[in-house]
Amino acid sequence: MATVFAYIAHAGGRADDSALELLAAVRTLFPGADPVALVAGSGPSLEAACQEAAASFAEVWKFDQEALAYPNAELLRPLLARVLPPGALVLLPHSTLGMDLGPGLAVKLGAAYLPDVVGGSPLEGTSLQAVRQEFSGQVSAHVACDVSGGAVVTLRSGAFKAEPSRSAGGRVVDRSADAGGLSARRRFVKLVQAEAGDIDITREDVLVSVGRGIGDKENIALVEELAEAMGAALCCSRPIVDAKWLEKPRQVGTSGQTVKPKVYLALGISGSFQHLGGIKGSPFLVAVNKNPKAPIFQAASVGIVADLLELVPALTEAIQKGK
Amino acid sequence: MEILVCVKRVPDAAENEIAVEGGAIRGDDLVYSVNEWDNYAVEEAIQIVEREGGSVTVVTVGDGDAEEVLRREMAMGANQGLLLSDPAFAGADGLGLATILAAAVRKGAYDLVLTGALADDGAAQVGGMLAALLDWPFASLVNLVEVDGSRLRVGREIEGGTQEVSDIDLPCVLSIQTGINEPRYVGLRGIRKVASVEIPVLDAAALGVTPAAAKVRRLDYFVPPAGAGADMLTGTTAELAGQLLGLLKAKGGIK
Repeated sequence: MATVFAYIAHAGGRADDSALELLAAVRTLFPGADPVALVAGSGPSLEAACQEAAASFAEVWKFDQEALAYPNAELLRPLLARVLPPGALVLLPHSTLGMDLGPGLAVKLGAAYLPDVVGGSPLEGTSLQAVRQEFSGQVSAHVACDVSGGAVVTLRSGAFKAEPSRSAGGRVVDRSADAGGLSARRRFVKLVQAEAGDIDITREDVLVSVGRGIGDKENIALVEELAEAMGAALCCSRPIVDAKWLEKPRQVGTSGQTVKPKVYLALGISGSFQHLGGIKGSPFLVAVNKNPKAPIFQAASVGIVADLLELVPALTEAIQKGK
Repeated sequence: MEILVCVKRVPDAAENEIAVEGGAIRGDDLVYSVNEWDNYAVEEAIQIVEREGGSVTVVTVGDGDAEEVLRREMAMGANQGLLLSDPAFAGADGLGLATILAAAVRKGAYDLVLTGALADDGAAQVGGMLAALLDWPFASLVNLVEVDGSRLRVGREIEGGTQEVSDIDLPCVLSIQTGINEPRYVGLRGIRKVASVEIPVLDAAALGVTPAAAKVRRLDYFVPPAGAGADMLTGTTAELAGQLLGLLKAKGGIK
């Protein structure tokens, strides 16, 4: 088997949670492989991240360059294309960085690209069989990937359960000299944090969340009434923010807020992984959706197949009467 | 600014219940539409051209049916369409599609190529591959575009609601995230206006491409097993509301 590499995302001197998930994925997809961790950055925070990676990976390649202080895929792509051996198997998190870096890296390496993997079987010969999801998780697919010329594989966050490290005291190899002279036609300028709204949904115990199933902007009032009756905060999935029916600070999901409520009532939300990725701590999750096959029912504690426009007013009334 | 926008005809996941039969998506009653992300890409291109001048071309890879999505986007305001169609293109994977599209880009004189960030039936890969094949810079998940001479200032949506701002040189490829704008309404009048416009068709020979054999093949579709933990409630609306009230009270969901 060709060498397996895992790209370690890190910030503030800490390796991202994805690092151990990549390791778990290696054990599932490439059992027996001893993956090499790739850690790029600059200065003391890079060093700290390398030391953390060395607790789980037997070998860590460190790339220390000022230009890499912020993870810019336009710099990382030529760097990795330069240092990785032919036929390399490269694992990346399917994060906003992985999505930016992966497709072009596969082209530059002449390798196959297998994105957003949620499961799979051990490599047989040169064929890797994996599971992907389509149509916002409504259906899954088995895919076969020919890895004979190498492969870039991105892994969905949470799909492979992070395991504690297996090895300790891995070797950090300084490959910084290989990362010299990088320049990019896309230059990082700044990060802009989301505007703080009048509500912080990350601090709420009870959330009423509304999705595309609400149909019309006018119907938002129905869920506002319900949230008020429950004493809950109102939040939503991405399409509601895209349509500007509610403001961005109320968006739950990987591109919005990560919430940790005790009770989460999901109304008309299909349950894409991006949305579910924003809910931590296994709340009591009640899902109401017209589509009995909506993926949200796979994650829910309690499910109701119903039209929320009928159920929500009835529930609001029941709460008001019961109080 | 000459802008090419890559669009795709997909089963509309908002309109359809995607069902699986014998390992395949049941296709007899599927409603097709333009991939949602692509509408935002076309709207962004139109807005850039309205500000900066130039023209918007929409392109797709597909059979004759794919022409309808080009006409829809032309009715929205794209200036012309381009259909890349050849029986040899059937079954192309992401790299295959990017190779076909790259050939079309090379035949034109574009400053900017936009794609949707992902497709409902896809894997968020064609834009990044296209950029790599053209050796152009790339930015994914773009939710801000400002033209600044020979470069763009772009915002990328990253985790936690944060926006990553960069400067990127032209020509470049951007994949566009939903929410960047409000795609304009397409009226019947607009659709009639472009109904008889001729759309050029380029085949493999005209493009000079032979897509390589796919390295990634879909073996089958299946419906993932439902979560074991979900307790499904049934009854009339009033009964459901009553049951739910009891459960929410018990779990501390009503304050």
